[in-house]
Amino acid sequence: MTEKELTKKSIEYRKNILKYIFYANAGHTGGSLSCIDILNVLYNHTMNVGPENFSSPDRDRYIQSKGHSVEALFVVLADKGFFPEADLNTLCKYKSHYIGHPTRKVKGVEQNTGALGHGLPISVGTALAGKLDNKKYRVFTLLGDGELPEGSNWEAALTAAHYKLDNLCVVIDHNKLQITGTTEEVCNTNPIDAKFESFGWAVKHVDGHNFHELKDAFDSIPFVAGKPNLLIAHTVKGKGISYMENVTKWHHGVPSEKQYEEAVAELDNAMITIPDDF
Amino acid sequence: MGTDIVIEQGKAKTNLDVFSATLQDLAEHDRDILVVTSDSRGSGKLAPFGQKYPSQHIEVGIAEQNLVGVAAGLASCGKKVFAVSPACFLTARALEQIKNDVAYSDNPVNLIGISAGVSYGALGSTHHSLHDFAVLRAINNIIIVAPADNFETGQAIKLAAKTDLPVYLRFGKKVMLPLKEINNDEFVFGKGRIITDGKDVAIIATGETVYPSLEAARKLKDQGVNATVVSMHTIKPLDTSLLAELAATCKAVVTVEEHSVNGGLGEACASYLLQHGISKPFKIIGIPDEYTVTGSQQDIFNHYGINEKGIAAVVLELLK
Repeated sequence: MTEKELTKKSIEYRKNILKYIFYANAGHTGGSLSCIDILNVLYNHTMNVGPENFSSPDRDRYIQSKGHSVEALFVVLADKGFFPEADLNTLCKYKSHYIGHPTRKVKGVEQNTGALGHGLPISVGTALAGKLDNKKYRVFTLLGDGELPEGSNWEAALTAAHYKLDNLCVVIDHNKLQITGTTEEVCNTNPIDAKFESFGWAVKHVDGHNFHELKDAFDSIPFVAGKPNLLIAHTVKGKGISYMENVTKWHHGVPSEKQYEEAVAELDNAMITIPDDF
Repeated sequence: MGTDIVIEQGKAKTNLDVFSATLQDLAEHDRDILVVTSDSRGSGKLAPFGQKYPSQHIEVGIAEQNLVGVAAGLASCGKKVFAVSPACFLTARALEQIKNDVAYSDNPVNLIGISAGVSYGALGSTHHSLHDFAVLRAINNIIIVAPADNFETGQAIKLAAKTDLPVYLRFGKKVMLPLKEINNDEFVFGKGRIITDGKDVAIIATGETVYPSLEAARKLKDQGVNATVVSMHTIKPLDTSLLAELAATCKAVVTVEEHSVNGGLGEACASYLLQHGISKPFKIIGIPDEYTVTGSQQDIFNHYGINEKGIAAVVLELLK
């Protein structure tokens, strides 16, 4: 997919994220908007996975540790044809499988997540199974920067390096905000890169909204043979909706009808003003 | 007290030894059998396994949350995973991983809690697991098993390897004498094993407390009291049909477990009986809700009456 096509996709995805959160009157808006460009590139450029090969042991795996940004994942999975998009009208409704965190009851979801600090150990096991079986698949794991203080991440980071899991790529959605405030004031985890490097990982930084940089980074896996990959994606929480960007309360804020219309108008405008020079 | 067992009494082994040997047999014929340890290969008697099948042994270091998470990931790729760690750490430190990554996520990991109950004796409460039945009973989609003797342990391990549900298996490190001379019982999770028959009292025990229960039954027989002893090796799903049958035919029911009296086998039985209108004299023998007395496993058993004399005394009191 070209960068222009990816740009269009992301605008559609953002519209859908807002639409279903607005309908459900619930959701994690800011974080879904910060990670959506990463998911877009993974599912439409990088990963070998879709409804047609989802039961194949050779498929690439995506595990979303920051499970609360599930709206981003559901919107992309619907677009990939895992399930009809209309299913998302049941988001957070009684007896719906489309709940506020990823669950395998929804086709295309690899693991049930939601409690933070769980995605990385599971991903390490998944990548390790690939190495044991000489499989070529890769495992992509999305972590929130706010969940880095969970100790289980660091336990798993050690194991990943110990077993030289260069088939594992962790992406940190580094939007620098969490529910209480900035990650720096809540629990400073900086410098993230030096910490992972000292644990034996190969680390790269990208602008998490720049398709060119994201594609290039994923195309260069393994960054260093024999080392697990960490991509620190610098993102903006609430990206794409001016009044939400970098505002803490939009972590799980739901727009009012007026705010929703305003957001849709901003995205519609972004669609018609995509430059031709991609 | 008659429950101190010495190895010279026969060829009996610890359940831990049986676990280790059974796993080696399984691994020889199945490359998908994996053992994951948290620096527990020594405590789990798995060093020979690791030497024989190095590619089937994953070591994660002392990191139990990671142990269970990694095991869940491996199981999701079709591996038959045995995650081995002392029961105390496995079911407390990694409880959220068991709940979410294994049970809720349908990743069929076999969680092996070694040195369970008060096996670590004088090492103290940090190393005891008297909570594991209780916490895991409240989690959906996990089978909870405490095999009593070598026969049950071997059977349970083989069954766990081919069961596509999460299983928690716990045992201690004491040499366990066989409960029966001839072991031709069918072993199925969820079906209690009747060790001896009697109409006066049903003693329903689990794990390493079944043997002292059997000793108590022998002592009671000398006093004219006939006891049924059941090895209720599966705590969940509980064999409620056997429980109901025994409660209907016997005059009293006593449960015995190496676990807190809160939330374990005894309360599971009591809950079933009460909710099904079955009322019989009933007593739970286990570790009371207090700072556990210090000492060896046997000292602790003796202190709380988890022995021939103590169990027999409870039965006689109930039948008065």
